Amino acid sequence: MAIPKVCGIETEYGILVRGTDSNPVSASSLLINAYLAANHRKVGWDFDDEHPGSDARGFSVDDLLAPAIETHLVNAVLTNGARYYVDHAHPEISTPECLTARDALVFDRAAEEIVWASMQAATALLPEGAEILCHKNNSDGKGNSYGCHENYLVAREVPFGRIVHQITPHFVTRQVVIGAGKVGCELPGVSTADQPFQLSQRADFFEEEVGLETTLKRPIVNTRDEPHCDPTKYRRLHVIVGDANMSETATLVKLGATSILLAMIEDDVLGDDLTLANPVTAIRQVSHDVTLQRLVLLRTGRRATALEIQWELLERAQKYERSHGLAAVGHEVGSEVLRLWEGILAGLERDPDSVAHQVDWVAKRRLVQAYADRHGLKPGDARLKALDLQYHDLRRDKCLARRVGLDVITTEAEVRHAMTNPPDTTRAYFRGRCLAKWPDQIVAANWDSMVFDIGRDPLQRVPMMEPLRGTAATVASLIDESDTPAELLARLGA
Amino acid sequence: MAERTQKQKPTPGRTEETVDAAPATTGGGEKLKAELDDLLDEIDGVLETNAEDFVKSYVQKGGQ
Repeated sequence: MAIPKVCGIETEYGILVRGTDSNPVSASSLLINAYLAANHRKVGWDFDDEHPGSDARGFSVDDLLAPAIETHLVNAVLTNGARYYVDHAHPEISTPECLTARDALVFDRAAEEIVWASMQAATALLPEGAEILCHKNNSDGKGNSYGCHENYLVAREVPFGRIVHQITPHFVTRQVVIGAGKVGCELPGVSTADQPFQLSQRADFFEEEVGLETTLKRPIVNTRDEPHCDPTKYRRLHVIVGDANMSETATLVKLGATSILLAMIEDDVLGDDLTLANPVTAIRQVSHDVTLQRLVLLRTGRRATALEIQWELLERAQKYERSHGLAAVGHEVGSEVLRLWEGILAGLERDPDSVAHQVDWVAKRRLVQAYADRHGLKPGDARLKALDLQYHDLRRDKCLARRVGLDVITTEAEVRHAMTNPPDTTRAYFRGRCLAKWPDQIVAANWDSMVFDIGRDPLQRVPMMEPLRGTAATVASLIDESDTPAELLARLGA
Repeated sequence: MAERTQKQKPTPGRTEETVDAAPATTGGGEKLKAELDDLLDEIDGVLETNAEDFVKSYVQKGGQ
């Protein structure tokens, strides 16, 4: 049976300083430090167990082209179990590990609120008239892209090749549901007049089917094999091919549908027959076709639209719900995701505008088109690109996504709670609670361990190799009843 | 092209969804349209004052 689809989402935000000189690395540091100074005692990230150069295909390139880990930059762990840091000249938040897609949605929303709070705290430190802006988007419109990555726990025993073949059709076609929309095109030689609007922020930047890279020659399936948990039992599928969504429904369906399909791949019921002949070509074809009519070629020789492939994936997922149940993703959340996914596909088929309250690219396109019509603007007008950028602006009074009528499916109370409290149902609970209770005695923390200073040598490292151990159900009372980390460690050892 | 849209085999679930959802989404669509009109009325006060400069200055470093 499929294992629980523990998941998380990590977002690199666009950053811009106006009214004073700054570079994006120092601006990102200022942003994060301003938040930490106002809200947290800083606990550093522990890099001992990071191996981003390990490849799921079975070799390691640590000595060759491992992505650089910028250990000198700001890197902090928050009491909600998240990591808040500077990555490649962007502020980035990785949510804590979540048991369901819905939890991950709440923590992704909490991350937005943390960035918004950071913007206000950092702007207060800048000279009069200067301000710091962040955008939850994935491209600047000039060929520079930054990611919104998803992570899913997958059983190690599942052959990696099966995952690659069977999930790729979803990664290519899910853009119709979860694309965040983009004015223009960033492929060399394609002008905004040629391609005024497309479904995805990211599709222009994918050049390979499979690979280890994340910053150039980006692959549709990333092979980074760095599970941050017991490597003999688990993989962490690191997905770099999605857009950052402003629509809460889109984030939920993005994480939920992918979780369900991965569970099906684990149970080996998804099948190989939807394999695409050329995924890299197809991902662009799909993104560039706002009519949703273009056919992509399957390896079997069949041609189908992205929407048709999404329908087939959904129907198989519905069948899986009936035959196997959705325990791996949570029955209730899984059913909700299937219902939303179906409603969106039906709406896209009937009249895309009917899902403008759920689908980012539809909401954005509608706005851009209506504005262009009202003012008689042609494709390429800077005002249309400004609308695109401002859709993702995290300033409350400027954010257009907040004004286009997107459904809100989280509550303000749960998002606020998630800004400072960890989820109850993963090991992030242990991390977050310990950080909140003993910030001065935690020397470092990362995904799969914490290092405590209990007042005498040596430092105590607590390994956390199981994502579902250290939950509230098992450690809440131990943490509550311990006055010091030494007491806690004694109880844990007992 | 139209005939291909019809070719997908409808499942019981899908047929029901389409029938049931139609009235609700029509109402939602009208509400969204009204909201869009309101937004267009107020948007110039929300948009960056110099769109061209803003778009030009919006340059990011590539990330992951």
